[in-house]
Amino acid sequence: MKRAIITVLGKDTVGIIARVCTYLAEHEVNILDISQTIVQNYFNMMMIVDMGKSTAAFDTVVDELAALGEDIGVMIRCQREDIFDMMHRI
Amino acid sequence: MINFYEVNETNKMIEKENLDVRTITLGISLLDCIDSDLETLRNNIYTKIKETAKDLVATGEEIEKEFGIPIVNKRISVTPIALIGGAACKSPEDFAKIAETLDTVAKEVGVNFLGGYSALVAKGMTKADEMLIKSIPLALSKTERVCSSINLGSTKTGINMDAVKLMGEIVKETAEYTKDNGSMGCAKLVVFCNAPDDNPFMAGAFHGVTEADKIINVGVSGPGVVKTALEKVRGENFEVLCETIKKTAFKVTRVGQLVAKEASRMLGIPFGIIDLSLAPTPAIGDSVADILKEIGVEHPGAPGTTAALALLNDQVKKGGVMASSYVGGLSGAFIPVSEDQGMIDAVNAGALTLDKLEAMTCVCSVGLDMIAIPGDTKPSTISGIIADEMAIGMVNQKTTAVRIIPVIGKGVGETVEFGGLLGYAPVMPVNRFACDNFVNRGGRIPAPIHSFKN
Repeated sequence: MKRAIITVLGKDTVGIIARVCTYLAEHEVNILDISQTIVQNYFNMMMIVDMGKSTAAFDTVVDELAALGEDIGVMIRCQREDIFDMMHRI
Repeated sequence: MINFYEVNETNKMIEKENLDVRTITLGISLLDCIDSDLETLRNNIYTKIKETAKDLVATGEEIEKEFGIPIVNKRISVTPIALIGGAACKSPEDFAKIAETLDTVAKEVGVNFLGGYSALVAKGMTKADEMLIKSIPLALSKTERVCSSINLGSTKTGINMDAVKLMGEIVKETAEYTKDNGSMGCAKLVVFCNAPDDNPFMAGAFHGVTEADKIINVGVSGPGVVKTALEKVRGENFEVLCETIKKTAFKVTRVGQLVAKEASRMLGIPFGIIDLSLAPTPAIGDSVADILKEIGVEHPGAPGTTAALALLNDQVKKGGVMASSYVGGLSGAFIPVSEDQGMIDAVNAGALTLDKLEAMTCVCSVGLDMIAIPGDTKPSTISGIIADEMAIGMVNQKTTAVRIIPVIGKGVGETVEFGGLLGYAPVMPVNRFACDNFVNRGGRIPAPIHSFKN
């Protein structure tokens, strides 16, 4: 398993989750957990995904999700989970 | 499982507070390149560095992308060149040719600095050491990315005052050689007392002879993160202040540890150390001076600054040590003037002088760093400044350094621009009284006593 965290941040609009999930499904990236809130009209989502079977390389997914984000008008980041684990867990 | 709050905290540090990994420095031993023929030696050096470091930059960029953390610099440190070139070089000009080879290969592998144009002369100089030192002005004027460092003393050996005298002259001469460029050569030249073998930061990085063939050392940073954390505890007592710095340093260092381990794995090169330093940049919000202000002094240099810096330095170490399996290098707060907007402001406001900076170096890592002084400063005065700083390191069993820039053609009140990470600096006044009779004595200052400490 190669876990990554995807965060989406930006102005709320129709179909953000749908488009991100479609992209992930097309590339065999499995979603393990989703949490999402709206704070003052701002859409804030975090996904934990497994990239173990991803058909695209990690850096390609990073770039393509960022491009997808630009298209929707939100910011999408995809980072390996390790950085958060290291910082917040002893 | 990682939660929303934690993910947002990390990403806020990266995006808004300038959290980054300051450098991945690949240490390469050149001992197996030694040859008595200069051309063969240069060829060996070129091949070894090129082969070892060919994937360094690409690996760094891949890690940046996967973790979403900027890695500002990818650099190389090599075995002190005085040791490597001793058999082949018959003149300072021969040594300068090695510097050119280092510069060429640094550019080809894409690193922004290569350190190790160095000599270790804490007790005495060999002919090769002396030739290398004399070649520094030429070498630094002919190269872009090569950095030079000279170790002039240690707690165990005392201070080599002959070398201190020589380095005063060399600093001045390097300034002359690079005067069309703001005397920039001096920004790539540092002298040390108790130089560490595994420092990843420039200009002082070199790959010590006690090190393995290749090693990955990582320097972390994050003054902006510490400053932001301290904003939330404004007015609280020292216990709360110190705990906050410690916890923040822990988090920052963990990122460095992760990057170091990953780089080590991907390159197949052992992980050496994490250098726990707070290294500022000229960017707004990436300043050690701003932390000191947040702790409670109006400007760095105000009464209380040395104490504030002492506690900051100590807490960074306490937090960082637990976050990493191996800690080394310089590990502490850097207080360069030109690379820190808050320090520049303090100098311009009249709060910060060379004398106060010297006092501050007693309690933090490194020393008088990136300080511009008038171009007409005498070499003996520069040697005197170096000797004072070396003495602080020698007596206090710590690393101290001097990276000072006599800006040819400029005087107090003027400004010199270095560009990029090196920033800009106001020219600071130097004590105008002479120390020639002291510097000209020659010989060594004996090692200090290691008992009866006071």
